[in-house]
Amino acid sequence: MKRILHTFHGGIHPPQHKLESTQLPIALAPLPPKLVIPLIQHIGTPAQPLVEPGDLVLKGQVIGQPEGAISAAIHASSSGRVVALEPHAIPHPSGIPQLAVVIEVDGDDRWVEHSPLDYRTAERGELLSRLKAAGVVGLGGAVFPSHVKLDPQQYKLQTLILNGAECEPWISSDDMLMRERAADIVKGIDILRYLLGPQEIIVGIEDNKPEAIAALRSASQGCGIEVAAIPTIYPGGGERQLIKVLTGKEVPVGVRPFNVGVVCTNIATAYSIHRAVNLGEPVISRIVTVTGNVRQPRNFEALVGTPLHHLIALAGGVLPDTKRYLMGGPMMGVPLPSLDVPLVKASNCILALSEQLQAPPPPALPCIRCTRCADACPMDLGPFELYWFACGKNFGKAQEYDLFDCIECACCDYVCPSHIPLVHYFRFAKSEIWAREKEKEAADAARQRHEFRQLRLEREKAEKMAKHAKAAGTAPSDSDAKKAAIQAALERAKAKKAAVVPKNVENLPPQAQHEIDQIEARRAAPHNAEIPNDTDSATSN
Amino acid sequence: MLIALAVMALLAAVIGTVLGYAAIKFKVEGNPLVERIDAILPQTQCGQCGFPGCRPYAEAIAHGEAEINRCPPGGEEGIHRLADLLGVEFKPFGEDQAQPKPKSVAVIDEPLCIGCTLCIQACPVDAIVGAAKQMHVIIADQCTGCELCVPPCPVECIRMEPIALGVNNWKWDYPVAEITRIPHGKAAS
Amino acid sequence: MENYLLILIGTILVNNIVLTKMLGLCPFFGVSKKLEAAIGMGAATTFVLTVASGSSYLINQYLLGPDLIYLRTLSFIVVIAGIVQFTEMFIHKVSPILYQVLGIYLPLITTNCAVLGIALLNVQSNHNFIESLFFGMGGAIGFSLALVAFAAMRERLEAADVPLHFKGSAIAMVTAGLLSLGFMGFSGLVK
Repeated sequence: MKRILHTFHGGIHPPQHKLESTQLPIALAPLPPKLVIPLIQHIGTPAQPLVEPGDLVLKGQVIGQPEGAISAAIHASSSGRVVALEPHAIPHPSGIPQLAVVIEVDGDDRWVEHSPLDYRTAERGELLSRLKAAGVVGLGGAVFPSHVKLDPQQYKLQTLILNGAECEPWISSDDMLMRERAADIVKGIDILRYLLGPQEIIVGIEDNKPEAIAALRSASQGCGIEVAAIPTIYPGGGERQLIKVLTGKEVPVGVRPFNVGVVCTNIATAYSIHRAVNLGEPVISRIVTVTGNVRQPRNFEALVGTPLHHLIALAGGVLPDTKRYLMGGPMMGVPLPSLDVPLVKASNCILALSEQLQAPPPPALPCIRCTRCADACPMDLGPFELYWFACGKNFGKAQEYDLFDCIECACCDYVCPSHIPLVHYFRFAKSEIWAREKEKEAADAARQRHEFRQLRLEREKAEKMAKHAKAAGTAPSDSDAKKAAIQAALERAKAKKAAVVPKNVENLPPQAQHEIDQIEARRAAPHNAEIPNDTDSATSN
Repeated sequence: MLIALAVMALLAAVIGTVLGYAAIKFKVEGNPLVERIDAILPQTQCGQCGFPGCRPYAEAIAHGEAEINRCPPGGEEGIHRLADLLGVEFKPFGEDQAQPKPKSVAVIDEPLCIGCTLCIQACPVDAIVGAAKQMHVIIADQCTGCELCVPPCPVECIRMEPIALGVNNWKWDYPVAEITRIPHGKAAS
Repeated sequence: MENYLLILIGTILVNNIVLTKMLGLCPFFGVSKKLEAAIGMGAATTFVLTVASGSSYLINQYLLGPDLIYLRTLSFIVVIAGIVQFTEMFIHKVSPILYQVLGIYLPLITTNCAVLGIALLNVQSNHNFIESLFFGMGGAIGFSLALVAFAAMRERLEAADVPLHFKGSAIAMVTAGLLSLGFMGFSGLVK
């Protein structure tokens, strides 16, 4: 039975450039001398470091513990010694260094003990916590922690979609993974089937990857998995677009796909779920395409934390006219400040570009409202309107025009005859709106706390007044008795003062006693140190 | 002439009655505008506006007793939003008054703290934890950066630290086109 | 029936009180910065104008008669002022924000020449009561239409890349001129 495919609005056909990197099989990247493993490689809270400089770590050892509900664990990619725990440049558009664990590799590549899990006998909760502990995140690019996304208690699932579309030009990591490791992917899909219990499972692959389709079809024979070839159009691999193409369902505004009974997961995520559950290996490596203006484009299986210049060198180095580097594809990729940044879980492609391969966009011209962007928009938005409002910082109106439905696929940038960096404007508007919402939340919390404090102060005052009134009412009129009471109180206070001694200081070990002495000395110090400091503070004031 | 007077008197009487009734019927209790203004203010409760908190300032604005440009923590953005809400012109910060500063949080230099609780009493949002003769600490998430705890400290152990830019509070900048020189000859073609 | 329809179309489009007769330009520029304010102003003016033209007809017909023509303007203004006061109280109660945004322009509806103009035009063209109501309402809808359209344009102009010296009122004037030109095109609508 052939599936009836649907189409989504818009989309573009940029040059594919997939052949360059699919000529050679996936190569195992050799160990780099140094690994830089950032503690934030997922959406959510950064992991908390568990190691300190000087520690020895084994391959697969947890070095970052998940913090909070939306977070994922981070593991050492190889054995060696932690040499630093410091902010390091990461592939992020801000270029702000983030805390990373730097490991000097010892070359032995010694594993921690593997602990495979038989998922057929495991509880769902146990499986999910395994995914969390193994640091499994969505490898399609969003790096959303999988244990949150795949929690089956949230919804009733009809369709599980495996995303193998890989619609962005140049990238071929999913393609090569499907060609070479289809059996493992199917094992990962089996785990997902057990976890989610969907009625049907569809793998969506764009029809420009016939080898991958064939490999997956033969590997999934008789497994109840349907492999569907979908037309090649960018961004056919967008979550909502793929769901539309395969099921005809349109995910409404502000709703997650599971609300319409669909979950969409990347092929590479299924593969890493297989590794995490069946083999007990955390996510410490991934397939990455190194392509573009390099001498020998190909795919590597590289360890997370490998510096990118190491990978570029493996691909034969770059050609001399290389101008810039992207992590990801040419449409949605993040520009890299340098090749010093490490490979992270989100890095599906390292793309070196020369001006010949992709010329930098000419200066932007005024918008002529030709609406080509609206024709190309796969989310059916009006980018020219959004641009107008983002440009004028009219964020309320931008939200009214569904700014937050924009998936930043850059189709509008691609077709714009005026070369306006539309997506940049949308990102700017989105981050401004987010910042404002955060500020608003903080202000609301502060208001609540302030009001509560006012209330408390008033209550305390009232209580005090009541007490005074009571005391005044019952106090004996005799002044002698009063004096006696005061005298008694004074004596009591004196006795108490004499009795006050530091608690728990008897029978201290000498070390603790020494510490206490030091603290006392420090406490005394500021008063002595005050005089020379005074001139400094006076000038700074 | 008498008729004219009578006509006008009649008109006045009818309209007066209607308006008098309306004045009772549509009597406005309090000023709901205060809530809307208060919602825009940043709730630092810092008193830099000259009022003892955000709400009193909101009330003053609603009654037309205060300018809208007295709130440095709200920044120019805040003035714009107040101006929008009230339908008045934007007004920049005056030269003589407090200027907006980068957002910061208070930090206690803990070894120096003597546990006097003066800062706890000063904090308008109860963001300082501690007890008498115990070390105090500031809950950074709840600190509004109002600086009210800085002057009461007898040992000057509280300092304001600007919030560092991280991945979580980083924002995309406004796209600015670079001005580049068009190579000679290309412009002509 | 056809008569009333003609009056409505005539006052809304062909003889638009703001854009062709150039009456009531003060709120047209004053309250057109924000769409919400413009809609509120339009609604308030519509209410005031309709009630005012009806009641001014009644006053003129039954109270003043042919003897007291000299009291016409005076009594009309009194009635209009009363209605505006009423509207002001009502808006203050129902929407304090709109009240704040409209600000001085709300009591100034009293001196909006469009309101008095419509009342006087009614008398001049010997409209009957129903015609007066339609004339007032049509004029008010025309006023609101022009105001709302203009406010929507100005809101977008805020974000437009206008030469520095044209920013603000200057470009608003130019826009109003163009809008007026556009409404001139309706003059051939009714033969």
